[in-house]
Amino acid sequence: MLNIAIPIAFALLTAAQLLNLYRLLKGPTLLDRILALDTMYIDAIAMFILMGVYFRSAVYFEAALIIAVMGFIGTVATSKFLMRGDILE
Amino acid sequence: MIFVIELLVSFFLVVGAFFALAGSIGTYRLPDFFSRLHGPTKSTTLGVGGMAIASAIYFSFHGEGVSFHEVLITLFLFITAPVSAHFLAKAARHQGLHKDKPRMEKNQGFSDK
Amino acid sequence: MPEYRKSLFLKNRWLPHPLMTLVLVIIWLFLVNTITFGHLLLGTLLGIAIPWFTNRFWPERPKIAKPFLLFRFFFITFVTDVIVANITVVRLFLLPDISRLRPRFIEIPLDTQDPMVITILASVISLTPGTVSSEVSEDRQTLIVHGLDVADEKTAVQTIKTRYEAPLKEIFSC
Repeated sequence: MLNIAIPIAFALLTAAQLLNLYRLLKGPTLLDRILALDTMYIDAIAMFILMGVYFRSAVYFEAALIIAVMGFIGTVATSKFLMRGDILE
Repeated sequence: MIFVIELLVSFFLVVGAFFALAGSIGTYRLPDFFSRLHGPTKSTTLGVGGMAIASAIYFSFHGEGVSFHEVLITLFLFITAPVSAHFLAKAARHQGLHKDKPRMEKNQGFSDK
Repeated sequence: MPEYRKSLFLKNRWLPHPLMTLVLVIIWLFLVNTITFGHLLLGTLLGIAIPWFTNRFWPERPKIAKPFLLFRFFFITFVTDVIVANITVVRLFLLPDISRLRPRFIEIPLDTQDPMVITILASVISLTPGTVSSEVSEDRQTLIVHGLDVADEKTAVQTIKTRYEAPLKEIFSC
């Protein structure tokens, strides 16, 4: 069962990452790109958890947690920068 | 491994991956920024949540002892996803994206005919 | 004497936030993924040290008036609503004709000015059906929310107020 489910999940997540990549490259505004990058971070966390199940190893958990923290800080920092840049003109 | 456990793990893995894909389809298809904002904040949190549940069940029955640390990732994402969405929305409102309607209306006209 | 110093003296000096200590111990045990006496001790040490060093960032404790209602709100209302939210939003995303969506901003007048209640309300709104909170007005009177598919503004505002704001106000008694 698992050897069918894991490839399906990998395929779905890869398709999701490609759609995010499209939005990241095309996105009409800078905020669209930041949003796409944020989605890519979250999908990367899902991929890492899936890899942990696939390789039966718990070390991927730490990597996923660090990506979660870094992604959040990156998104908040970039959007805060855009906000303040606009206020200060 | 017991068949029921394996079935449960497979189910949560595929459901999680499906919700992650659906969130990305949202960011890909929707016409304006504020609608796109709905994709990652919702579907992706449940997507990663499903993955984390699958992983917790898998390692609880596979490794030594109960595994619960995947819950931390879900908890963290449930706390931070609304915050980053709020920041992005606030930045977009400051840039005046909510007044920017023409793209939306052009798309509507296009799909109506 | 500055305001925050005064509030420091009013509280228990060594255990300023007992609830936060408990949460930190539980998070530490989750993080190391084992329950042993050594880790319980280390977690307790961290749970006492971290609130003590970061004390001046949170001058006051949250007042939870009804802990039972808090559990019911988060584990029944919130969890079911998140799952319903995801299924609803996914159905909207996969519509063949997305121009049928009616995205718009709605303004929700707030009944409380407590910053923490507003924060929790905004987060809960962002995680539930088709709505993302996008701005709080300067005077904390209105919350601006973006809805993905809003049929009627009045009913949407009414739903949010009765389903989320009223229980939260009751839980934190303000």
